[in-house]
Parts: sequence; structure tokens; C-alpha cells
Amino acid sequence: MSETFSELEAALKRALAPVEPPVELEKRLELTLDSIVELAADELENWELAGLRDPRNWPRAALGPTAAVVVGGGAAVGLVLLRTQRRRPKRRAASRGALDLTARTVRDVAREALRVFDDLAPGR
Amino acid sequence: MSAAPESARADKATLDAAFAELYKAHLRDVYSYSYYRVGNHHDAEDLTEQTFLQAYRHFARAQKESQGRPLRPWLIRIAHNLAANYYRDRSRRPQTNIDDAGAISTPHTTEGLVQDRDDLARILRGVQQLPDDRREALIMRFALGMDNREIARALGRTDGATKVLLHRAIRQLEEIVQKDANGAGRHE
Repeated sequence: MSETFSELEAALKRALAPVEPPVELEKRLELTLDSIVELAADELENWELAGLRDPRNWPRAALGPTAAVVVGGGAAVGLVLLRTQRRRPKRRAASRGALDLTARTVRDVAREALRVFDDLAPGR
Repeated sequence: MSAAPESARADKATLDAAFAELYKAHLRDVYSYSYYRVGNHHDAEDLTEQTFLQAYRHFARAQKESQGRPLRPWLIRIAHNLAANYYRDRSRRPQTNIDDAGAISTPHTTEGLVQDRDDLARILRGVQQLPDDRREALIMRFALGMDNREIARALGRTDGATKVLLHRAIRQLEEIVQKDANGAGRHE
């Protein structure tokens, strides 16, 4: 094979053609991201309400609610993601196909979100 | 509730919508990059999933710091770092199953196309023999169609260094492929 530089580039383009992601991956990923977004939104709302019941939080609630929500929400979501990710190998090993894996992922996300919420607002 | 949390929620909704756009626009890029890095669909799926989960966590900051520049290099950099961890954790080397590669799995009906298939397989084998940084640069350029500036941002290099890297990668690949072809010719 005697390739010139540009011929090799053209061949490289064909050899490294973009690979379409499997449909199951798209579905699974979209479901996971949707769940995380929804849980994060619910979490923010509940957390704000729980915080406002305590009079010690009122000044903070009046002065800096945006910062608290953004920082706290980010940390909570991060925690949920980290904990969910940690369980991935177990989920994958135990699952019986893509659907089952998706269901297990969603269940784990929900469980971890509740745990994080409990950690953050134990007396609710 | 005061208006401030309302605006925080509105900001979050805007951010989530922007992330959804990023996801739709670059899912194929992340998957292609992951696939050519790890060489199999199973691990490429895992890597893609982890990349987007991590991207979601840091999206607000990335968007702020990007100052309007495209976020694809940032996304690919996440995949790049995760892939590096993947090899470190499992002491693996990439193995591309060329029969699974999209371009090569298209139907071949004539002798010319079979020859073409062999050539492409030889090139893929050559790519896998390149040093990591050169291989990655080629994947970003040819599988993802990234320009020098994007590749430079993804790899944390200057534009000039990236140009040199790509040039050297193609030169080295040319030599490897040539050697491979000569070896194959002798065996025939």
C-alpha cells in the first residue's frame, strides 16, 4: 500500500468513522439524567422548606437563598451521583439486560437521593 | 417563598436545558471517542455514561468559565481523563475489534471493497500502535472532526504543539502502515 500523506488522511477518515451509540445507551442515559434533574429539583424545594421551619435559618433565608440553593443543590446532586456511580459494577453484574439495568439505576438514584436528603435534613 | 429561590430554580432550568442540548449534540462524539479509546462497545457505553454524569455535575462552572466557547473539548477532556483512569485501574491496553467498527462493517461486495477493508483494518491496527497522545489526537481529528484549536483545548496543549503532534502522528502511522503492508506482501 503506497499512501501519500493526503491519501492516508482520507483513509483515516474512513477507518475512524464516527460510531453511532446504541439506542439502549441513549434511552438509559436520558432516563438517568432526567431522573437526576427531577430529583435535584424536588430536593431543592424540600430542602428550602425544611430549612425555613428553623428560625435560625431565617436571616440566611432572607439574605442569601440563591447561594444556599445553588451550593447545596450542587453538593447534594454530586453526592447522589457519586454514591450511585459507586454501585454501578454491582448493578451491572446483577442486571438481566438493559431494561433491568435501567430500572436498577433509577431505583439506586432514588434511594441515594433519599439517603442524601435524610443526611441533610434528619429531623424533617 | 421569596423571589430569589424562584430565580435560582429558573437558572437551574435554563442550565438543565443547555445541558440537554450539549448532550444531544455530542453524544455521538463522546461515544465515538470512547469506543476508539477502549476498543469495545461495553466499556465505551460505561465511559460515555460516566462522562455525561460527571459533565452534569460540573456543567455550571464549565459554562461560566468557557465564556461562550464550544464545550466539546471540555466534554472530550472528561472522557479522556476517565479513559486514562480506566486503563490505570484495569491495567488494560486499547483493543479495537475492527469488525465492529462502523465504517468497516458496511457490506462489501466487490474485490476492490475487500481490499479497501483490508487497508482500513491495517490503518486501525496502526492507530492502536501509536503512543497515547498521538492516537488520541488522530481520534479527535478524524473520528470527531475536531480542529486544531479544539484538540489543543481537549489535550491541554498549545495550538502549535497540537499541529506538530498531529503531523508526527500521521507520519508515524504512515511508516507503521507501510511496514505492515510490506510484511503482508512478503507473506502472500
